[in-house]
Amino acid sequence: MVLGTYKQITLGRSTDKQIQKISQDGGIVTALLTFALDEKIIDGAVVAGPSEEMWKPTPTVALSSDEVMAAAGTKYTISPNNMVLKQAVRQYGLEKVGIVTIPCQTMGIRKMQSYPFGVRFLADKIALDIGICCTENFPFESLKTFISAKAGVDFELVEKMDIGKGKFWVKTQDDLISFPIKETHGYEQNGCKVCLDLVSELSDISTGSIGAPDDWSAVQVRTDKGETVFKQAVDAGAIELKPIDEGKFGLEMLTKLAKSKKEKAMKEIDRRKAMGLPVPYKGSSEKEDPLANV
Amino acid sequence: MLAKIKEFLGIEAKPEELASKEEVEKVAEEKAKPRIGYVHLSGCTGDVMSLSENYDILAELLTNMVEIVYGQTLADVWEMPEMDLVLVEGSVCLQDEHSVKELMEAREKAGLLVAFGSCASTGCFTRYSRGGQQANPNHESFVPVGDLVKVDCALPGCPPSPEIIAKTVVAVINGDMDYLQPMIDLAGYTEAGGSDLQYKVVNQALCIGCGTCAMACQTRALDMTNGRPELNEDRCVKCGICYVQCPRSWWPAEQINKDLGL
Repeated sequence: MVLGTYKQITLGRSTDKQIQKISQDGGIVTALLTFALDEKIIDGAVVAGPSEEMWKPTPTVALSSDEVMAAAGTKYTISPNNMVLKQAVRQYGLEKVGIVTIPCQTMGIRKMQSYPFGVRFLADKIALDIGICCTENFPFESLKTFISAKAGVDFELVEKMDIGKGKFWVKTQDDLISFPIKETHGYEQNGCKVCLDLVSELSDISTGSIGAPDDWSAVQVRTDKGETVFKQAVDAGAIELKPIDEGKFGLEMLTKLAKSKKEKAMKEIDRRKAMGLPVPYKGSSEKEDPLANV
Repeated sequence: MLAKIKEFLGIEAKPEELASKEEVEKVAEEKAKPRIGYVHLSGCTGDVMSLSENYDILAELLTNMVEIVYGQTLADVWEMPEMDLVLVEGSVCLQDEHSVKELMEAREKAGLLVAFGSCASTGCFTRYSRGGQQANPNHESFVPVGDLVKVDCALPGCPPSPEIIAKTVVAVINGDMDYLQPMIDLAGYTEAGGSDLQYKVVNQALCIGCGTCAMACQTRALDMTNGRPELNEDRCVKCGICYVQCPRSWWPAEQINKDLGL
């Protein structure tokens, strides 16, 4: 199963006009976190918040909807969100923490929950893990190269970045510039090349733009915990749903991209293992399902 | 009783187990209690304090589930008896003949020897010792117990969290070898430190900048700079926890799926 285990797959978007305006696609992450905060399902959330440097996110503990909103939108570079989890629990005194994670971060959290060797009284305080779809991530300097060298835009003027339809998009107040996503190859971080997970298979709820039309997100509801929160948010009208298109631009596309990420990663895992380099995952000859995230 | 421990750990007990609670207790009564020893070498006692933080299960554990047969302050005995399992806290000082002797004897008399906490498993903070200090300037060389005896299972952490101790106890009682496998593998991890992140993760093209290491660090020796761990060596106690918790050091996929119910 290349999309991991899930209970429900659907398209969704925030019904809030303000969230729609500031968020990336359907604004599912922002909608869920603000809803969970307002309903006290969580008492704080770890998000990729703004820093002093434009477009360089910093892991932030958000305690209010406003603070969550300030972190809306995708930043195509590394935000080590897991690092502030302990801070969220110890310094902020949170009992029920929400967190936004890309697949590798989800994996770090789940490993910590199953094996909390040095992490005291934290594992049980993760109340909601919202995973986001991730093909690969870029060091900040790579991102700068895309914007200034490839798109030819002053970093300060960028209003939004997006990946879609095979292109990297850079939006300024006056312009919409794009270049083929192929041109970003070679700039991604190397650890991503052995990653078998496109859709945050281990999160409570995962979401992303792949397989969804403009301004909507594809959503996979995975765990019991995720199902409860998602249902509440939908029932309360914070999120509206429509069925995902089964065809070429919907589920088929999501499945195809998840599969191709896994196939590429397996090739790289096997190549590295043949060179004697360490990889924490099994080689393709060592596992039954060659595409499983093991 | 088992159900109670499981409840404490957030592992849902199966309904049939609840139904046959008496049966479980009967089995527990009939089964000889594992005989446990506790050997305290050069450590700060933080590990046993962490163990005792499992308030909810501690009384049950100590009265009904195990028998403490050896340990300073825990059992009133001089001679070390045969033990099913011995927990060793602290590294071993090569110049302290009592420590060396007690460790050797524990290995002989125990079925399983667990390096309990980072001092015992990696040497941790005591790795910095260079002797030349009171109370005995000759006490210079402190090594993880695995350097002298075969370690069956290691529980690193400075200290190991109360939860990992409880989870391990449950796994031992249930004979859950799958859960214990990482602890068995970690018995060989005796040279540890924050620089492992650089050597074994970043240098090997595996780091993805998730920040789990910086979160796990128990002494705030790690920060993240440009998406990579940055070590403040002055704060690092060489407990090894950053590398142990890294999702790119080892990956317990089956256990995680089981725990999540996926």
